[in-house]
Amino acid sequence: MAYLTFPHVAVTGVAACVPKQIEDIRRLDLIPASEREQHVAQIGITQRRVAPEGLCSSDLCYHSAERLIADLGWNKAEVDALLFVSQTPDYILPATACLLQQRLGLPKECLAFDVALGCSGWVYGLSTLAAYVDSGSVRKALLLVGDCPTRNTSPRSTADWPLFGDAGTCTALEFCPDHGGNLCFHLGTDGAGYADIIIPDGGFRNPVQPSSFDYEDVGNGNYATRLQTRMDGMNVFAFALSTAPKSIKRLCERFAVDIDSVDYFFLHQANKMINDNICKKLALVPGRCPSSMNLFGNTSCASIPLTMVTQSAHDLATRRLKNIASGFGVGLSWATAYFETNSITVPQLIEI
Amino acid sequence: MKSLDEFCQLVAEQFENTPSSSISPSTEFKKIDEYRSLVALSILAMIDEEFDVQLRSDDMRSASTVEDLYNKVKSYCE
Repeated sequence: MAYLTFPHVAVTGVAACVPKQIEDIRRLDLIPASEREQHVAQIGITQRRVAPEGLCSSDLCYHSAERLIADLGWNKAEVDALLFVSQTPDYILPATACLLQQRLGLPKECLAFDVALGCSGWVYGLSTLAAYVDSGSVRKALLLVGDCPTRNTSPRSTADWPLFGDAGTCTALEFCPDHGGNLCFHLGTDGAGYADIIIPDGGFRNPVQPSSFDYEDVGNGNYATRLQTRMDGMNVFAFALSTAPKSIKRLCERFAVDIDSVDYFFLHQANKMINDNICKKLALVPGRCPSSMNLFGNTSCASIPLTMVTQSAHDLATRRLKNIASGFGVGLSWATAYFETNSITVPQLIEI
Repeated sequence: MKSLDEFCQLVAEQFENTPSSSISPSTEFKKIDEYRSLVALSILAMIDEEFDVQLRSDDMRSASTVEDLYNKVKSYCE
């Protein structure tokens, strides 16, 4: 069981950036006109942001980081670590974190690397970076988490195409020996479900070949190429529904967190039905589970910090809060964090 | 464990516009007009909540009647 705790670390800021271009799900020709309103109500997504060609996850993260560093008043020379979490990196190699170190003007003494996780990625990344910071040798660190899932989703799949949106975020961590945020984590994996969300070709198991570009029937009248995401919605749904509430309960039990004392539950924004059911299982009133999917869709690893920035900025910036974040999905992988914040820096959502 | 009739009632509740009286254990639920992937997800959520069983998509694919689905759930409960 992977339970971790880092008492000497604090989250001191969070910023998010989305592409300006809004796509209204109700105008998609893909869904029959008669079913659009019902479809939108059930999936809980009305709009999403779509990155134009040439705009990458790293660009969205870069703009978030520049703003956050400025608003925090950090000296860039003090940043000792940068972690980039994404499944849509700039290149297969090198690691995008290296490009971001240079682009952000961070010192060469800054450690930088990528982590390839999706829905659970922000929480996983937070735990990884918190481990570096907790030691005290890394004093200021940037967690850049973003994805452009619209890039590798099939426009011929009603099940997938309307769900995803693009976003990039930046979270600031600082070494705080005396007043840390009591960060605690529960992390897990079920690789038996690796094929439940997968892009089959283009890696080194199945290198890209001409047939990778052909559309295949992926069931229920949906089509996708082997370079696009295919998802077994039912398996993912059943997984999320059973795993996320259990993970949250285990974390609370292990670290003696009173679930009723938690101000906010930031859940990965996969689909309204999943989150409604998680809230029901944990007996949470909806106000404690802010949601951003209505306006941004499922933004993969960026969904938790994007929700913090767009739905809870005022409280995060002005109050002392107890928070739980839980991400679950592709891998299959899940991660839950407890963290306390005290009037952190939250710049307004950036749109480029 | 809930009876087949109770299960059938619970499945029927997941359909908004189909009268529950028209759904019986022998109903091929995927052939109901209103059946969509989101109805399937409601059924999965109901089974998770009522029986603490997480069906996989293969289980849904291989079940055609409500009774087939009940038997799947039952096999996981045993």
